[in-house]
Amino acid sequence: MVSRREFIQAGLAGSALLAGSGLGSIGRLAAQQRLSEAELLRFEPLGNVTLIHVTDLHAQLVPIYFREPSINLGVGEAKGLVPHITGKDFLSHYKIPAGSPMAYALTSEDFAALARNYGRMGGFDRIARVVKSIRAERGDRCLLLDGGDTWTNSWTSLQTKAADVVEAMNLLKPDAMTGHWEFTLGADRVKEITDSLAFPFLAQNVRESEFEDRVFEPQKMFERGGVKVAVIGQAYPYTGIANPRWMFPKWTFSLKDDDVQKEVDAARAAGAQLVVLLSHNGFDIDRKMAGRVKGIDVILTAHTHDALPEAVQVGKTLLVATGSHGKFVSRLDLDVDKSGVKGFRYRLIPIFSDAITPDAEMAALVKKVRAPFEADLGRVLGKTDGLLYRRGNFQGSLDDVFTDAMLQVRDAEIALSPGVRWGASLIPGQDITFEDVTNACAMTYPNCYRTSMKGSQLKAILEDIGDNIFNPDPYAQGGGDMVRLGGLTFTVDPYQTSGRRISNLKLARNGQALDAGRDYTVAGWASINQGTEGPPIWDVVSTYLQQKKVITPRPLDAVKVVGAG
Amino acid sequence: MAQRAAQTRRETLIAGMASFAAAAIAPSLAFADAAAVEAEIKKLYGDKKAEAGKIKLDVPQIAENGLVVPINVEVESPMTAADHVKSVHVFADGNPLPGIVSYKFTPESGRAAASARMRLAQTQNIVCIAEMADGKLFTAKSEVKVTIGGCGG
Repeated sequence: MVSRREFIQAGLAGSALLAGSGLGSIGRLAAQQRLSEAELLRFEPLGNVTLIHVTDLHAQLVPIYFREPSINLGVGEAKGLVPHITGKDFLSHYKIPAGSPMAYALTSEDFAALARNYGRMGGFDRIARVVKSIRAERGDRCLLLDGGDTWTNSWTSLQTKAADVVEAMNLLKPDAMTGHWEFTLGADRVKEITDSLAFPFLAQNVRESEFEDRVFEPQKMFERGGVKVAVIGQAYPYTGIANPRWMFPKWTFSLKDDDVQKEVDAARAAGAQLVVLLSHNGFDIDRKMAGRVKGIDVILTAHTHDALPEAVQVGKTLLVATGSHGKFVSRLDLDVDKSGVKGFRYRLIPIFSDAITPDAEMAALVKKVRAPFEADLGRVLGKTDGLLYRRGNFQGSLDDVFTDAMLQVRDAEIALSPGVRWGASLIPGQDITFEDVTNACAMTYPNCYRTSMKGSQLKAILEDIGDNIFNPDPYAQGGGDMVRLGGLTFTVDPYQTSGRRISNLKLARNGQALDAGRDYTVAGWASINQGTEGPPIWDVVSTYLQQKKVITPRPLDAVKVVGAG
Repeated sequence: MAQRAAQTRRETLIAGMASFAAAAIAPSLAFADAAAVEAEIKKLYGDKKAEAGKIKLDVPQIAENGLVVPINVEVESPMTAADHVKSVHVFADGNPLPGIVSYKFTPESGRAAASARMRLAQTQNIVCIAEMADGKLFTAKSEVKVTIGGCGG
C-alpha cells in the first residue's frame, strides 16, 4: 500500500537524524524541519470518498505529551496481534526505524528523549488545520467522524460541563459522532447538548431501559462524491458498567451483533454503497464484530486508544485505529462504485504540534474558552525528575503519584486508582501544573473516599477487574486497564481463568502477605457508587505535590506479570 | 454440594467498592448449581435428551445491573397445531433457586417469544429448555457475567 511507503519514508528521514537521540535544541530544530507540514499531509488522493476520523480526544484542546503503552497484552484470539504489540516489536512489525518521528508517536521506546526532539502532539488548532486542508483538497467527498470520548477529562471541560469542547467541535464541523465518557455528564446534560448540535449523535445501542425506545438516532445516510454512505453509531456498550449508571439511570447500553446487523441491512436496503460503523466498542470487540456482522465496509474504532499506521482487514471490513488525545487524525480514501469498495488508501496523520501551523480561528476559540481558567491551569504544584505516564495494562509512574498521594494525604494503608486509558504524560524536568494533574483525573465522580476493606474483598475486586481486562472473549471485557494499587504488590497471570489470576498479594511496606480476614484502611477515587464522599482527587494530589515539591519516579516493580510468554 | 457461605461474590464486590456502611454480612444462603438445574429439568422431562438449536436466547454477556437483567427468548417454530412450541423453561445455575420463569404456548400464540427481567446474584449460566408439540426437547445456554464494573476506560 502507498501509505506504508510514505510512512516509511517519513520514518527514514527521522532516523538518519536521530540515531542515539537526545540531541538537544539543535536536534529538535532539525527534527522540526524534517517534519514539514507538507510532508505530514502528503497523500496521493484516491477514489470518491474520504473519511476523516478523530477519536478519544478527551477534551485536550492544547497539545500534550502522550506515551503509548509498553505493556498492552492481548488475550484469547487477540494474543500477539496488533494492537497488542508494543515497543520494539511494534517498530519491527511496521518496519519503523527506532528514533524516528513515527517511533516517537507510536511507541514508548526512548520516549522521554524523543519527546524533547519532536515536541508535543495534538491540539484542536492543529487538528483543525489538517481537517481544513483535507477538505480543501477533497471537497464534497469528505466525511468527518468523531468516535467519542471527546467532551470530558480536562479541567475546562469539567468546569464548563463540556461547553468548551462542544464549541470547538462545532467549529470543526463533524458530520456525526458517538460517545462513551460523554454520558458521565449525566443524561440531562447529554440530551441538552445533543439536541443543540448541528450534526447527529449516533448510537444504535442506547435505549430507554423500560420499553427499549431509542434515545439517539441509530444511523444517518450521507451522500459524498456521488456515493451513498451510511454511518451507524455504536456507543461504548459497557458504559453502564464501567461508569456510574446512576448518572443515566434510564438508559441501557448493549452489545448485540443482531442489532448491528439489522442496522447494516437497513442501510443497504436504503441504498447505501458504503457502510461505516462509527464505533466506541474498542479494538478487540470491533475485530470480533467485523467477523460476525456482514456488510460493514469500514469500522472506525475507538475506546482502547490504539494508534495503528495501517488499516487492519477482517474479511472485507477495514478497521482503522486513530489513537487518542489528538495525537493523530486518520484519513481513509475509498474508491466506491455500485458494487462496493474497489480500493482504499490510508494514512494515520501524526499531529506534531511544532510542525503543523495552528488554524487561527480554532486557536482563537481555544484561547477564549481557556481564558477564564488560565490562572488555575498554570498553577505550578511541583516538578518531576522523571517521565510520568499512565497508559499501559499496569501501574504507570503517574499512577504512583496518585496512589502515593492518597496513601499520604488520606492516611491509608492501601490506595486504589482507576486504570483509565486517558491522562497525558509529563517529561523529565517538567513543572507539574494543576492542568497536568486534572488532565489525569478531571471527571464528574472524583471523590477520594476513605474506607475499610477486608483483604478478601480486595482480592475479589482485583480478580473481578482482572477478568474485565483479560477475559479471553473480548465481548466479556469491560472498562479500561488494570486498577492501580498503592501499598500493595502482587503477581498477575493474565492467561489464567477468572478468580485465579491474582496471587502473592503483599503489603509494600513490610512484605507481609495480605490477610484475607483483616480490615485495611483503603483510599480510592472514581467510585461508580452514588453518594461517594471525600475531597476531589485533584485536591488530594495537589496537596501531596505541594508538600513533596519534586517527584522522582521509582522503579515500577509492584506488579509482577507471569504467564505472558 | 455448592453450599456457599456468607455473601455472594457480587455482594462482596459491591460492598468492597462502596463499603461506606459497614458491610452487612448476608445470612448463609445455599446456591443452585449445574446439578440443581439438571435435577429441575429431570423432574419435568425425566431422562429425555434435549438437542441444541431452535432457541434464540438473548441475554447480555455482561449484566449492566444484576438486579434487573433482561432476557428475551424465542423458539423457531411454524406454530401450527401439529408443530408448535408447548413450553419454555428458564433456569439459572447460580441463584438461590434455579427456576427463573416458565412459559406455555399454543398455536394461537403465533410466535414462541417472550421477555422478562431477572435478578442474578452472581456470574452464572442461564439455561433454557423448550418442549415441542411432538415431545422433542431443545436447549440453549448462555453465561451472564455479573461484575462490579468501574475503572472507566
